[in-house]
Amino acid sequence: MISEDPLRTVLYIDLSKRSFWTEDRRDLFEQYIGGTGVAINLLQKECRQNANPLGPDNPIIFAVGPLTGVFPLASKTVALFKSPLTGNLGESHAGGRSATAIRMAGYGAIVIKGASETPVYLVIDSDKVHFKDASALWGLKSSFTVGRIIREQEDGAGLRTIMRIGGAGEKMVSYACVITETYRHFGRLGLGAVFGSKKLKAISVSGRRRIKVENPKTYRELYKEVFNRTVKSPAMKKYHDLGTAVNISPLNELKALPTENLKQNSFDQAGGISGESIAEKYLGRRVACSHCPVSCIHLATYREPYASEPYFYKTTMVGYDYELIYSFGTMLKISSPEGLLKILDEVEKYGLDVMSTGVALAWATEAQERNLIPSEGDVNGAKLRLQWGDYDTYIKAIEYLTDQPNDFYKALARGVSYASSKYGGSEFALSFGGNEMPGYHTGPAAHIGHLIGSRHSHLDGAGYSIDQQNLKEPGKSTPENIAKALIDEEKWRQILSSLTICFFARGIYDIDTVLKTLSVLGYKLTKDDLTRIGSEILREKYQFKIREGFNPRNITIPKRILETPSPHGVISEDTIRKGVESATDLLEKL
Amino acid sequence: MKRLAVVDVNLCVGCQGCLFACARRFGDAGLSRSAIHVKSAGGIERGFIVTVCRACLDPPCAKVCPTDALKPRPGGGVILNPQKCIGCGNCKEACTINAVFWDEDTNKPAICTHCGYCVDFCPYGVLKLEEREGGISV
Ligand code: SF4
Ligand code: SF4
Ligand code: SF4
Repeated sequence: MISEDPLRTVLYIDLSKRSFWTEDRRDLFEQYIGGTGVAINLLQKECRQNANPLGPDNPIIFAVGPLTGVFPLASKTVALFKSPLTGNLGESHAGGRSATAIRMAGYGAIVIKGASETPVYLVIDSDKVHFKDASALWGLKSSFTVGRIIREQEDGAGLRTIMRIGGAGEKMVSYACVITETYRHFGRLGLGAVFGSKKLKAISVSGRRRIKVENPKTYRELYKEVFNRTVKSPAMKKYHDLGTAVNISPLNELKALPTENLKQNSFDQAGGISGESIAEKYLGRRVACSHCPVSCIHLATYREPYASEPYFYKTTMVGYDYELIYSFGTMLKISSPEGLLKILDEVEKYGLDVMSTGVALAWATEAQERNLIPSEGDVNGAKLRLQWGDYDTYIKAIEYLTDQPNDFYKALARGVSYASSKYGGSEFALSFGGNEMPGYHTGPAAHIGHLIGSRHSHLDGAGYSIDQQNLKEPGKSTPENIAKALIDEEKWRQILSSLTICFFARGIYDIDTVLKTLSVLGYKLTKDDLTRIGSEILREKYQFKIREGFNPRNITIPKRILETPSPHGVISEDTIRKGVESATDLLEKL
Repeated sequence: MKRLAVVDVNLCVGCQGCLFACARRFGDAGLSRSAIHVKSAGGIERGFIVTVCRACLDPPCAKVCPTDALKPRPGGGVILNPQKCIGCGNCKEACTINAVFWDEDTNKPAICTHCGYCVDFCPYGVLKLEEREGGISV
């Protein structure tokens, strides 16, 4: 890398001592590029073995990559921590302005250690870190309000990121998220709870650094080429036009869309909540992450009348995506688009991970149907009977998940794996390695991927896409082939996430483009180097997972996925076991 | 003479492509030399405010420059002579619309030259380079 590139600077913040310092880690960024690669190395070092995920020994690592602020679409920040949900690796990526803000403030990574005794928020303004009293913000359940207050209090409008938690993070719900720029999230695996455990309400970061390149002329030309390819690409147009919500209709037709806690594989009323339908009736605005020309963030306009006064409305903008429509729309059978937007707005307010919350409520609904939770679901003597499609009751339940007024909601706030260990019903608890299922019942590859993936999510090896390709050539769908395809994809994704390139842009950033863009920043790497580095990073991640208790040879398969047919028919347990087995063999050889 | 103009701010998605493009004029990545700014109108759900130099015909920024480092540009706006600039920041204060930005690296203002480089990197047609008509700033 270029010697003066500020990427090499790692900012350390100790919340216990209220101190901060920087270290020059050029070595790390040269060896592991940035993002995930650098962060996993920092996490290995900073997180003591068996650390309590909600204790001061669990560090939060944020990392960006060399291309951030230099080329379009390197727009993600990688957060690594020990997950309170799975007990092992917590990895979550968010866009908004987080990545460019960290890079422009002059850092490649930020490590937050310790815990504050009193509520605090951090303001990182280039080379200064301010510890600000957040007593007045603590207890604010609405993440919207937190954002609004800090926007008014602090400088850097337009350039800053404001990462914050709502009520769920404060109450340490195991799948509480961190929200940034209102509509982007470090969604999965409970970073919000880790913030809450440190009494950290928010972090604002901003800066306006210059980044030198090796050859300005080559840089400008290459930028133009990548930019033009992006704006002309049909793949990116799809994300721009309808966003990921475009997938609702095709997956529903394919019978791969988990519905009613995956008792079904399609939703007969999906029409009203499809990407097309929401866009036509409710789409109000499209916005972009910083340094991304695509603008895939879709905001729907939701108008709610006040009961107290006629012709008086509250109008809000609600972000929606495929996964959100899946986890609340189809999983809970909410077919009313307005009901769906209303509930999504509530989830956003409290700061919960939408996917985990939807799956948790779907499990709870079925558990109540089967009388597994006799009176434990009731709050203060009042019955709270969850019913498919009844969004008003679900909204109440979301509040209870945050406040945890009784043992049942306390348990549910720790995820379906924990709740079902207490109340039974693990056969239909859609937990993969402790993380709640994403919206793909496309076939065996999706589920093998969720079971062995380093994040237990669809973002690891893109099993859903392997399943769909395999539909065309069913002969290829053997457990061994699936395992190989998943691990190969995971290896390459380590490179993308170390560059912090948005996975939606994986078609733009092929290996040659990656090498060319990196050379502008003085990285002299070859294809072989990238392959090697990808494997190394993946190995490090599994080392951490295993160190913290993950055992790929002893996984629990939720029975439900073997009952409801997928586009590949009923999935056999044998296929899943064999797939996990071969994937584990490959991981051990990394 | 041409000047940079905002066609329709409602088309803006806040991607900041224009900010990074402006800095790239000099061959740099990052933002320090960017002379354009985009921020939300109080939360991104409300849309954005795009700040570009209006190319004043009688530029207030130039009037307060103690060293004549800023000279009115034919057709509106100003031209910066960095050799003369002492980094006092008067121009930044004087610009009514906050279109003078600050380059922390050089400790000098970042001034729009109305070159139009940013226009090609705005995917949504928010910006354009227009021929200035008449003599009155609109
Ligand atoms: S920088 Fe401001 S004051 Fe100076 S010419 Fe532009 S708009 Fe006018
Ligand atoms: S016209 Fe040129 S100088 Fe002005 S904002 Fe655009 S790129 Fe920057
Ligand atoms: S490039 Fe265009 S859409 Fe993007 S922030 Fe600038 S003006 Fe807005």
